[in-house]
Amino acid sequence: MSTLDISLQRQRARTFGENLIRIFLFAAANISVFTTAGIVLALATDTVSFFAEVPLWRYLTETQWTPLFANQKFGVWPLVTATLLTSFIAMLVAIPFGLVIAIYLSEFASPRLRATLKPLIEILAGVPTVVYGFFALIVVTPFLKQFIPQISSFNSLSAGLVMGVMIIPLVASLSEDALSAVPDALREGAFGLGATRFEVATRVVTPAALSGIAAAVVLALSRAVGETMIVAIAAGQNPQLTLDPTVPVMTMTSYIVQVSLGDTPYGSLSYKTIFAVGSTLFLLTFVMNILSFRFVRRFREVYE
Amino acid sequence: MSLLEASIMRADASAKEQTLAQPGDPAYALEARNLSVFYGSFCAVRDVTLPVRKNMITALIGPSGCGKSTLLRSFNRMNDRVPGSRVEGGVFFHGQDLYAPNMDVVDVRRRIGMVFQKPNPFPKSIYENVAFGPRINGWHGSKSQMDELVEASLRRAALWDEVKDKLKQPGTALSGGQQQRLCIARAIAVQPEVILMDEPCSALDPVATLKIEELMQTLKQDYTIVIVTHNMQQAARVSDYTAMMMMRPDRAGEMIEMDETKTIFSRPRDKRTEDYVSGRFG
Amino acid sequence: MAAEQSVKRDILSQDLEFRPSPQARRLRSFIFLILSNLAVIIALGTLIILIADVLISGTPWLNLDFLTRADSRFPNRAGIQVALVGTLYMMALTIVIALPLGVMSAIYLEEYAGKDWTTQLIEVNINNLAAVPSVIYGLLGLQLFVRWLGMGRSILAGALTMALVVLPIIIVASREAIRAVPQSFREASLALGATRWQTIWNHVLPYALPGILTGNILAASRAIGETAPLITIGALTFVPFLPRDILDRFTVLPILIFNWTSKPQREFHDIAAAGIIVLLGTLLLLNAVAVLLRAKLQKRY
Repeated sequence: MSTLDISLQRQRARTFGENLIRIFLFAAANISVFTTAGIVLALATDTVSFFAEVPLWRYLTETQWTPLFANQKFGVWPLVTATLLTSFIAMLVAIPFGLVIAIYLSEFASPRLRATLKPLIEILAGVPTVVYGFFALIVVTPFLKQFIPQISSFNSLSAGLVMGVMIIPLVASLSEDALSAVPDALREGAFGLGATRFEVATRVVTPAALSGIAAAVVLALSRAVGETMIVAIAAGQNPQLTLDPTVPVMTMTSYIVQVSLGDTPYGSLSYKTIFAVGSTLFLLTFVMNILSFRFVRRFREVYE
Repeated sequence: MSLLEASIMRADASAKEQTLAQPGDPAYALEARNLSVFYGSFCAVRDVTLPVRKNMITALIGPSGCGKSTLLRSFNRMNDRVPGSRVEGGVFFHGQDLYAPNMDVVDVRRRIGMVFQKPNPFPKSIYENVAFGPRINGWHGSKSQMDELVEASLRRAALWDEVKDKLKQPGTALSGGQQQRLCIARAIAVQPEVILMDEPCSALDPVATLKIEELMQTLKQDYTIVIVTHNMQQAARVSDYTAMMMMRPDRAGEMIEMDETKTIFSRPRDKRTEDYVSGRFG
Repeated sequence: MAAEQSVKRDILSQDLEFRPSPQARRLRSFIFLILSNLAVIIALGTLIILIADVLISGTPWLNLDFLTRADSRFPNRAGIQVALVGTLYMMALTIVIALPLGVMSAIYLEEYAGKDWTTQLIEVNINNLAAVPSVIYGLLGLQLFVRWLGMGRSILAGALTMALVVLPIIIVASREAIRAVPQSFREASLALGATRWQTIWNHVLPYALPGILTGNILAASRAIGETAPLITIGALTFVPFLPRDILDRFTVLPILIFNWTSKPQREFHDIAAAGIIVLLGTLLLLNAVAVLLRAKLQKRY
């Protein structure tokens, strides 16, 4: 056998190896696709069998949620409104704080100050949510009680406020990215017309970055809706249809936690409820995530 | 141009001292006196004395890196945006130093407008692009007066006929040349006395360039224009006066010569100007 | 150019009255500056109050016994040993599972993937998964690992679930690190006759290592702090014994903290604070290691 043949053989082996690696890597990359499929499948199986027993219209029209009681009611609204209420309060904190900080960092702060402040603010996002839950229940609620004496020990206000603080870095950092991506030429144009720094920031840069900021806000909302531990610890376990932020409520996520902690038997109807609620939650956040990506894409189309 | 003016100008160019001897000459819209611009410890422009005549077009030319953009941007204090920038000497406008401590930068920039290298319309409608300046500068005209102002600005920028039916459309949807004229209209709307143009045609095609050059000739009836350009032919075509800048060995920019444009291009006094000007033509 | 001829007398020929009111406008900038400083101070102040409160209530309980005792129904006899061990197991196992998968995904997407629909599908999925609530991963883990694959409520089931939670973080960070490798590195290697994989293994990955490691430490931090998915798959809140192997039942620090916080007695809240100190300390340590490691590895290039 000549040397050429050997090298040819080796080359074949090499190509084979390269292809094998490629296939391997492709498979690994597809884990994400499988995970999504897995989530849908895991949620769907028990959701379908839940709705086989409880018709969808009951789920959507009843106003009480008592699947663990003898008199079972399956109206999801108390959970949904509680979720929206806590998320709304969180956004009341996170949007103004996040935006103001983003504008400050992007348009006012010197590069050095930005380099120091940004990681400091990011720490807020790195604190485990269970710690925030502790903080809401043990520190914030007693503090609020001084001003709102009738506030319950578990309430959506405290949980929402703390959740808002947790989400500030998400809004701030994504919005800051969007603001910084606005070309400097626009700032120059506005400064050249005699605009002040504040006017440049609010009238030119912020509107120009609006779709990017919208993406940040929607993503933050999705995060608030899916947040679990803070509300499970501090917002209470009482599914009631109310918009009063001072009383205990139960969000979709805290319901899932409550059932998971209990000894609900596998396969029972009450067990299946967490998958129905989980599907609702997944759909809700999925729609928001898609919306957020749309905004991001629109923003990129303009500036990249 | 009158003979008298021309002769004054020649005298100016031949002796800087003489310019200084008659500060605040009403024929000057803007005057840099012994102006140096620093970025930190780096001196970008050194000791420039440059009078800018009213209702004339003054071109700043020179090889890249010679500080002509920096000089231009010091005329409306745009350099203030660069952290660590500072100036020595002064820029005089209506007898006042733009860099005096009590001077309001915002007002300076309204009265000395700027058009940039790349057209930079705001991502707003054509109408809002033009109305932006008057709004932020506290013009309290009625809606119909604002309409009138927008129309007048667009007309003066020779853009009205092309956009009058689509004022609500985004300014960014226009062609490059139209965008640049929109930026000119935007600058005009706040009634500046001086318009600074930083290579306004370098991103445009020849047809759009020609249109802007024609426009500049009409604009100079009402405004004083200072233009930085790379393009020797453009400087020769559009400007009345030309200042030639060079980079010194220490990389600071300096003005080596200023004169009537035809003099600069036909019989410059400085050898370097002659080389540069003819080199580009060659 | 007929337009220019007709503009001689227009509104711009009159003296428009601009009242720029510089003071008022500067005041607005100033007020914004104050507001933004206030926003930063309030946000960081909250963090400081949180940490201060935790330190004040938790420090008195923090001693060696607390670290080496199992949980108890009595706060003065309770300790975090079992949960701490559970957390370390969870972190290690999660990274062991997620690191290779995440880095392989990143390599595929950056070095191999074309711009076809499969790539797009993968990218969309990663983006979406990064934003799916972690409690949903818990439901996935409960069905897939605990029930269908019969792993029970074990450390392994928990770590697999957690690996899926942190996978997007690892992929995104690794991709950025790989993308930052100069193209010339690859070209130089390919020009010497190296195969694509040899190029990646010998040149791209070592250069991208600091970034990949940082991403993994971020992921590990997340794995330590996440609570909801583990509660959902049924990790216990009260476990008095150390796990024997990865198929044993377990608890982790955040769950223990959650459990203690949920109790009405004040003492439990205090030991919860002590637990939080340990949790935050671990996170701090991990991130300090990340910073040091990054600095050290970056010096090599």
